[in-house]
Amino acid sequence: MALYSEKVMDHFMNPRNVGVIENADGVGEVGNAKCGDIMKMYLKIDDDVITDVKFETFGCASAIASSSMATELIKGKKLEDAMSLTNKAVAEALDGLPDYKMHCSVLAEEAIQAAIDDYKSKK
Amino acid sequence: MNIYADNAATTKMSEAAILAMTECMENTYGNPSSLYRIGQRAKEKLEKAREEIAALINAEPKEIIFTSGGSESDNQAILSAAMIGKKRGKKHIVSSEFEHHAVLHTLKKLEKNGYEITLLPVHENGIVRTDELEAAIRDDTCLVTIMTANNEIGTIQPIAEIGSICRQKGVIFHTDAVQAVGHIAIDVKAENIDMLSASAHKFHGPKGVGFLYCRKGIILSNLIEGGAQERGKRAGTENLPGILGMTAALKEAVRDMDKHNEHKVSIRDHLIAGLSEIPHSALNGDAEKRLSGNVNFSFEGIEGESILMLLDQKGISASSGSACTSGALDPSHVLLSIGRIHDVAHGSLRLSIGEDITVGEADYIISNVKEVVEYLRSFSPVWRDLMTGKREFIL
Repeated sequence: MALYSEKVMDHFMNPRNVGVIENADGVGEVGNAKCGDIMKMYLKIDDDVITDVKFETFGCASAIASSSMATELIKGKKLEDAMSLTNKAVAEALDGLPDYKMHCSVLAEEAIQAAIDDYKSKK
Repeated sequence: MNIYADNAATTKMSEAAILAMTECMENTYGNPSSLYRIGQRAKEKLEKAREEIAALINAEPKEIIFTSGGSESDNQAILSAAMIGKKRGKKHIVSSEFEHHAVLHTLKKLEKNGYEITLLPVHENGIVRTDELEAAIRDDTCLVTIMTANNEIGTIQPIAEIGSICRQKGVIFHTDAVQAVGHIAIDVKAENIDMLSASAHKFHGPKGVGFLYCRKGIILSNLIEGGAQERGKRAGTENLPGILGMTAALKEAVRDMDKHNEHKVSIRDHLIAGLSEIPHSALNGDAEKRLSGNVNFSFEGIEGESILMLLDQKGISASSGSACTSGALDPSHVLLSIGRIHDVAHGSLRLSIGEDITVGEADYIISNVKEVVEYLRSFSPVWRDLMTGKREFIL
């Protein structure tokens, strides 16, 4: 069996929503370089709906794939729905992650939370 | 294009090794301990292999014990020397920070049992300093164990000097030569080596077999109890196909060593020159005192596992010291030991080339690594912070 599912490889090789949103409404960064994972999420929010989302990630294949999948899961969604996104949902949408890579999906959840918190604190 | 550049992890078996193994499986299947002719023929092959292996490192046949590989050899050598030391009231061991885990974890176990362990620094170039080693040896030192060449960064240690210091001080000297045997010339007598570990699959032999050289007069303790095989020091029916495969592989490796090294050094240095063009990158370990096949780089702002996975898509098999490749939290202890901080130790790439690599393949590796590094940096928040001055460059 391969280390990663086809979905993980697809999102790693062809990550969706990569990049930066200038003048984003919310920006969240989690993780640290010491541990080898940093995720940064940029949100554009209009009328409590996430109209655009972009990410930048320093990390392994599953960290990149988790970020990519998480952006897909929240794009076009209401804020409250995005806030309830769990790491498990990200991992499941990727057809699973190896046990020791589950923290990558946790980082994705936390990055989104951090970006939404940033948006709320600015409001 | 498919390029296997992870020969430090394992090598492809040579045709001679495969032939020796299959020939043994078909024709010499007897148990070397059996008295009838089929068994005795196997015994003859076993002892001939022992003579040939011994000759290749300038040892005596009786000084070679066949084992399951490098880890077993390391364990048995260290635990045996510790046992000898204990009997003489000597419970101090000198080693280095960047040994293989087969050595470090064995030392950890001894530490829990009352031994004192001194791990020497290996400095920025990844080489133990003999003055520091000499100063670390005490009256109660029972063993010095220093690897011949490092498995991650390929740096070659001053083994003959260390051997001479240990001999003068009357301390047993063991070297984990798993990465070195078959790649650099070894003469256990000239280099005053008391014990040496080797593994067949690092020099185009089969997996699961290796040997331990142990100088006459040093008493080994058993890891495996049972029958009287290997002069009673390692029980269990001998892995004869493996041993014969290993012997065939090592004979070939030693015969062609100079030719292979000359070629590999030229390709290695070509790779180092090419990869050095990548901004904010650095070679890990001494540029010259390193194995002919080893190239190890750190690239700032990106993580190693994603480099590997992308290179794999291009047909290049390589390795990394990133934590993510092993499931550990910390990156490679080897990279940390040469002073690479976590942030850049995570972004490392090890290429360990084989003798059949071509210049064209090396160029393919260089252009693909450049492309992959640039791509991963293009969406790395760390790289963005470095480029915008929010974070300071280390490399």
